[in-house]
Amino acid sequence: MTQKKTSRQPLSKKTLRKAFTGIQGLDEITGGGLPSGRPTLVSGGAGSGKTMFGLEFLVRGARQYGEPGVFMSFEETIPDLTNNAASLGFDLNRLVADKKLFLDHVHISRSEIAESGEYDLDGLFIRIADAVQRVGARRIVLDTIEALFGEMPNQSILRAEVRRLFGWLKQKGLTTVITAERDRPDKLTRHGIEEFVSDCVIVLDHRIREEISTRRLRVVKYRGSTHGTNEYPFLIDEHGISVLPISSLGLDHPAPAARVSTGIYRLDGMLGGKGFFRGSSILLSGTSGTGKTSVAAHFVDAACRRGERCLYFAFEESPRQVVRNMRSIGIDLEPWVRKGLLQFHAARPTYGGIEEVLLVTHKHISSFQPSIVVVDPITNLLMVSTLNEVRSMLTRLVDFLKTQEITAIFTSLTAAGASLEASEADVSSLMDTWLLLKAIEVGGERNRALYVLKSRGMEHSNQIREFVLTNDGLRMLDVYLGPEGVLTGSARMSQEGREKAASTFRRQQLKGRGRELNRKRQIFEARMTMLRAEFEVEEEIIQRSISESKLLDAELLQDRRQMVRSREADTSAYKKRGGAPAVRKR
Amino acid sequence: MPTTKTKTRARPRKSKSGPAVPPKPEVWKLKLYVAGQTPNSIRAFANLKVLCEKHLQGRYRIEVIDLLENPQMARGDQIVAVPTLVRDLPLPARKIIGDLSNTERTLIGLALQPAV
Repeated sequence: MTQKKTSRQPLSKKTLRKAFTGIQGLDEITGGGLPSGRPTLVSGGAGSGKTMFGLEFLVRGARQYGEPGVFMSFEETIPDLTNNAASLGFDLNRLVADKKLFLDHVHISRSEIAESGEYDLDGLFIRIADAVQRVGARRIVLDTIEALFGEMPNQSILRAEVRRLFGWLKQKGLTTVITAERDRPDKLTRHGIEEFVSDCVIVLDHRIREEISTRRLRVVKYRGSTHGTNEYPFLIDEHGISVLPISSLGLDHPAPAARVSTGIYRLDGMLGGKGFFRGSSILLSGTSGTGKTSVAAHFVDAACRRGERCLYFAFEESPRQVVRNMRSIGIDLEPWVRKGLLQFHAARPTYGGIEEVLLVTHKHISSFQPSIVVVDPITNLLMVSTLNEVRSMLTRLVDFLKTQEITAIFTSLTAAGASLEASEADVSSLMDTWLLLKAIEVGGERNRALYVLKSRGMEHSNQIREFVLTNDGLRMLDVYLGPEGVLTGSARMSQEGREKAASTFRRQQLKGRGRELNRKRQIFEARMTMLRAEFEVEEEIIQRSISESKLLDAELLQDRRQMVRSREADTSAYKKRGGAPAVRKR
Repeated sequence: MPTTKTKTRARPRKSKSGPAVPPKPEVWKLKLYVAGQTPNSIRAFANLKVLCEKHLQGRYRIEVIDLLENPQMARGDQIVAVPTLVRDLPLPARKIIGDLSNTERTLIGLALQPAV
């Protein structure tokens, strides 16, 4: 058991060596894989994926962790096994040729076997030992060893021998997966072999609920190690098994402070002026026809303009439909598709069930590496699953997106009549930002309005804003507050009209006053002119009379002088007296 | 059928009774798979020997295959338990597991005696 290990060890688990299974998600649940060098029981009903589990465990071990393996099949023949593995994308023949895998089919048929006296299973031990030695195996799968119980006589010997076999495998330090059929819910295995395997027990389940099948996995027991105890849904597809843990152990995803524009200028304004946080999850909810897809399309369009990659999961409309519809509001997504910046994935979730949806989502995200993801709408998932499962699926999806720092928009259709906020309560707590789109019915019309119900970590507007979808995109309108709140549609228009009329009136009033002033000024000026004219007339008259009287004076003086001269009087004396007598006197 | 490189413990003559039993010229070809010299395998061989001498005298051939030496042989005949006696001939092939201590079951298993 203390043989050298080639697969890596998780640092935290010093006590127990673990062997990575390489099965997506399982290593997270088990904290590093199955107990190394020990047997693990994988039990499940018919068709629950036990064989696939075993195969993938070996193939991944051989391919990724340098641990060759042996597959002892007690049921399927080697050609069957090879074909089945091919459906998971595993080329067993290649691995066999490379001596990384050894397949052995143990065929026993009761009809051909008689029993006489004591026996042991050394034949099987030798076969296993030989196979292990041929490839230098570190891992082994026994699928399904319980078949022996059906085909071999003398159960008491067999039980003792199987117990011995498990002990022997452990002693050889082989990481073993033993599959077992589970035919009753109260028992782990049909023949009770779980009592021989005490280290790790995993139960696989294949349940059908409302005609939709879901596979589940649960780690029932894991001695000496903590492990996730929930039932985890898992999938088997062309890439093998994927277990989907609820969350990636803890909430330690990064929280970038960078912001991304919503693509709608005034909406950015409502979100602290900068838009969403990068890597946040946004819920866009609303009744049908409120413009959820349009808001999402704006965001996508803006992101593509910035050269970011977007992944659009359309669960309701085909990509072409989305492109066409968005073109009607002036958003052309097609160039982005052609440029490879935008990828659509459209499928009705009914096709594969919720886990498949999650897995497909994961895969596309991993391969496309977008910075924006749109899921439109999440409510369609409810068609294929229960609310609880959808919630768990979304939790995992949101966690995954957050660790990748992908900004995600989830649209959610609120059923007409349902409470707008209650129906989404189940997922809303996962979301960082919640935009609620609603139709406001006032005065016999429906108008679209939008508000930010919450937006963690940023200031945001608390106002309900009306918007219209124009040929030129979504346009947020000015807010008109009426006596009963925000006015929308015709009410807004009439309010707008009223305000316009009032302002026109005021303007006209103002103009009128200006004119009056002018008129007064003109009157004033006219009067001024008249007064001046009158004044001028008077002035002229006065001036004229002054000059006339002066003239008269002068003439009088002249006359007097002439008179003096004519009298021949003492002119000089007179002159002195008469000319300046007053001056002289003073 | 792979040619067996085996440790043959017994190879009784087969031609001896040739003229004596003309209607049954068929030779029984038996293989006994063991894993080393365990008590079970020693017992099984002894029991088989006795049984063959009694019922198949002169027209049987036993090949003992030790899987410890030839582990890959276990796959050919689908051996899981040891000891396993395989009747290759006459067809159809039959298998009996155990130390063959229950003679009656062994005989039924080998179809030397009809099942009761």
